[in-house]
Amino acid sequence: MHYSDKSGKAVLDAQLCQKVKEESGTDIDRCYQCLTCSLGCPSAFAMDYLPHQIVRMVQLGLRQPVLSSATIWVCADCQTCATRCPNEVDLVKLMDVLREISLREGLVKERNVADFHRIFLGNIKQWGRQYELSLILMLKLKTRDLFSDLGMGIKMLQKGKLKLLPARFKGAEGVRAIFRRINI
Amino acid sequence: MTPASKTDLKYAYYPGCSLEATAMEYDWSVRAVCSHLGIELEELPGWNCCGASSGHSTSHWLATMLAGRNLALAEKIGMDIVVACPACYIRLRSAGHEIRHDASMRDELAGVTGLPCPAEYTTRHLLDIVCNELGMENLKQRIVKPLKGLRLVAYYGCYLVRPPELVAFDDPENPQCMDLLLDVLGAEVKDWSGKVDCCGGSLSLSKREIASRMVSELAEMARRAGAEAIVAACPLCHANLEMRQSGSSEGKLPVFYFTELIGLALGISQARSWLKKHLVSPFGLLASHGL
Repeated sequence: MHYSDKSGKAVLDAQLCQKVKEESGTDIDRCYQCLTCSLGCPSAFAMDYLPHQIVRMVQLGLRQPVLSSATIWVCADCQTCATRCPNEVDLVKLMDVLREISLREGLVKERNVADFHRIFLGNIKQWGRQYELSLILMLKLKTRDLFSDLGMGIKMLQKGKLKLLPARFKGAEGVRAIFRRINI
Repeated sequence: MTPASKTDLKYAYYPGCSLEATAMEYDWSVRAVCSHLGIELEELPGWNCCGASSGHSTSHWLATMLAGRNLALAEKIGMDIVVACPACYIRLRSAGHEIRHDASMRDELAGVTGLPCPAEYTTRHLLDIVCNELGMENLKQRIVKPLKGLRLVAYYGCYLVRPPELVAFDDPENPQCMDLLLDVLGAEVKDWSGKVDCCGGSLSLSKREIASRMVSELAEMARRAGAEAIVAACPLCHANLEMRQSGSSEGKLPVFYFTELIGLALGISQARSWLKKHLVSPFGLLASHGL
């Protein structure tokens, strides 16, 4: 069931909370808004909604603003909130599920982070292990940000810290078999 | 399963992708130090990337399968896995937990990889092995060059200690094992409040400004505590702390891997060649203490 605004556009999705609870396996109804998560969050300064607000918004079914928030992408997965929550709400699993849905529905706000993930997984699909030089170069091209960190990149190449060729090992085919089962 | 006795420390070593490239000095120091301390490492044959944060941010199923394939490979050779990268560590622990408790996921993994995975073996971090299996007494006896006068802070970051239901080998808010280890190596260990604060490593390439702010706060806290260098146990923290500290390269705090410092204290001759790979040179600092 969707609740609509005056123009008839759905703004509340009553199923969102249930769906997120099922997919994440964490009971966000237990949240009593104590703000422990937000107070300890190291990337809160870069968020548009604080973690406790995201939980409340999911409970209310505010689908669009949650799934197109910057918060779910600038969360650094540090696990501090989930570790400290007095009600054992696993906000990291919650963020994971929101990111998955946001990707599926094309609502991603922070394109750079999503591009990073896509390129990262594309490399694993192809080679089975991460190929860091390609990851950096492809991200630079995709985000059209060619010159930042250039000096650092050159220094890393000089020190031999970036391998010029991807790893070759038996087992890459086993990884490709995993990716064949999923549309990524 | 744990080894039959504490003198029998033998593990399947999972280096992870970073240790093959940007953190090659971590890999070299891990192998040399373990060999020196009698911790036998056999590289896990055919290992693949654990998927890292990109895996679980994109698909839970994919994250479990990518990490799970490595667990299945370790089952095949009947060994516990030892990992040096905490990001790999948490992914393998998380997949192991799930496979152990969810029969359908276990069957799924066997179906996709063709490898049965009863998840009888476990994954441990090398810091846990050194502190809790080898033990400090054992380590102490082999030190030939104490790191006297070197003022350090131990930086644990996120995944060595969080979430505690997956990784609990030390306290999630105020862990001690690396502090004790550095103390045994002879260094002057400073207490500080940044030891489990996140450095923003997962955003270092995609949201540089966020990572820079988090790293600068950590470096400032370390300085205020009186430290001359930070000690890490993670290739992503290490790279991020070196790359994203503000200021000129002379003004930055050097960052060591804990294994590099063990190597120096054990008098391993190659130790100085590992440090040449650092972006922030620690040689001036070491020389100032006669090391």
